[in-house]
Amino acid sequence: MPKITYIEHDGTAHTVEGELGSTVMETALRNDVASIVAECGGSCTCATCLVHVDEKWFTVVGPPSAEEEEQIDAAFEVKPTSRLSCQIKVTEALDGLVVYTPAYQGR
Amino acid sequence: MSETIKTDVLIIGAGPVGLFAVFELGLLDIKAQLVDILDKVGGQCAELYPEKPIYDIPGIPFITGHGLTDALMQQIKPFHPTFHLGEMVTTLEKIGEPLFRLRTDAGKTFEAKCVVIAAGGGSFQPKRPPIQGIEPYEEKSVFYAVRKMDAFRDKRLLVVGGGDSALDWTLNLQPIAKRLTLVHRRDEFRGAPDSVNKMRALVAAGGMDLKIGQVTALEGGDGKLTACSIKGNDGALSRIEVDAMLPFFGLTMKLGPVADWGLRMEDELIPAETAAFETNIPGLFAIGDINTYPGKLKLILSGFHEAALMAQKAHRYVYPEKKLVFQYTTSSTSLQKKLGVA
Repeated sequence: MPKITYIEHDGTAHTVEGELGSTVMETALRNDVASIVAECGGSCTCATCLVHVDEKWFTVVGPPSAEEEEQIDAAFEVKPTSRLSCQIKVTEALDGLVVYTPAYQGR
Repeated sequence: MSETIKTDVLIIGAGPVGLFAVFELGLLDIKAQLVDILDKVGGQCAELYPEKPIYDIPGIPFITGHGLTDALMQQIKPFHPTFHLGEMVTTLEKIGEPLFRLRTDAGKTFEAKCVVIAAGGGSFQPKRPPIQGIEPYEEKSVFYAVRKMDAFRDKRLLVVGGGDSALDWTLNLQPIAKRLTLVHRRDEFRGAPDSVNKMRALVAAGGMDLKIGQVTALEGGDGKLTACSIKGNDGALSRIEVDAMLPFFGLTMKLGPVADWGLRMEDELIPAETAAFETNIPGLFAIGDINTYPGKLKLILSGFHEAALMAQKAHRYVYPEKKLVFQYTTSSTSLQKKLGVA
């Protein structure tokens, strides 16, 4: 199973196994990555599961859809590689993925 | 002081569980009124996933949040509930056995024999931008909502955001403001195309400013804002003198005033017993996502069950002298009369 590393704003790193077909958000919640809130449960409507994708990985992960980009407007400290983790599906190609989680998701 | 509104039961939260509580109470001749901080009914179903599918409502293989809300509104229509939308219950005090007095932030006062907290994940409140030192300015020169437009007349305003709220208030306040600047993180707006066009025309005509970037710092003192720093997407910093800032980043769920009502709380949830979902305060019930008990599942269907049991107990408080006879809607003429189908 693909390994995903979440690095929280204080430097705490969690390297966990992601289930194929689930999302980077779901994988975070299953593994108690506290800085992912996911208030809407993955409906792409709340922008509280923001991650900054590691720059080396951004081309693999790809840019957000128009719908997701609109939601990111309601997030804070957005960077060019920011994505909503509920919209990133775990695939074999993401084995080794590194994402950074922000200090604040709006609540 | 406005007149006190008297009702059998006041339901806090007009999400699916609060709405269904009206039905269960109504079958037992208990009148209910509802208060919700959103300006619409449906709670999370309306705010977070109106168009998303729900697959686990018993007997309904597929329905959207919006569809479920509409269906519940139709189901409770015979009971004529009164809604108080766009209001938050701020205080609750027990004044009888049981009798409660509640006040809202819109200045209304209620007296209810029972109170049902069906507030889900809490109240939807505006997201606060993570700008250091923003708190002292809030409600003084940083506003998350516009109550009186006139308060912004001849002021230098900074509106932040890219959705309909940001655009609508930009267009509404621009004519009366001394100068208005809109700040958004990208040069694309998700608001209604017509509003975007009007805003762009104002910028082109020099009637307002548009800056692409993020607000990083505030200047001022004693709650009075004097300037904001904006970091452009190219990293360049700029400074704008302003009298007020209006950030619009959508809503997030916060527990809100519930924590101050003398209820026992566990991890921001209200413990309830499972025979009637009553809290540690008799006559005060907690149903739906906001309660907790051994085995609790945050499912709409669990909230519906909790509403049904709550209503049985509420009947004892509202009609202490009446014996409650359990009946089915399928076969009871009296229940069918209440539903307007007999």
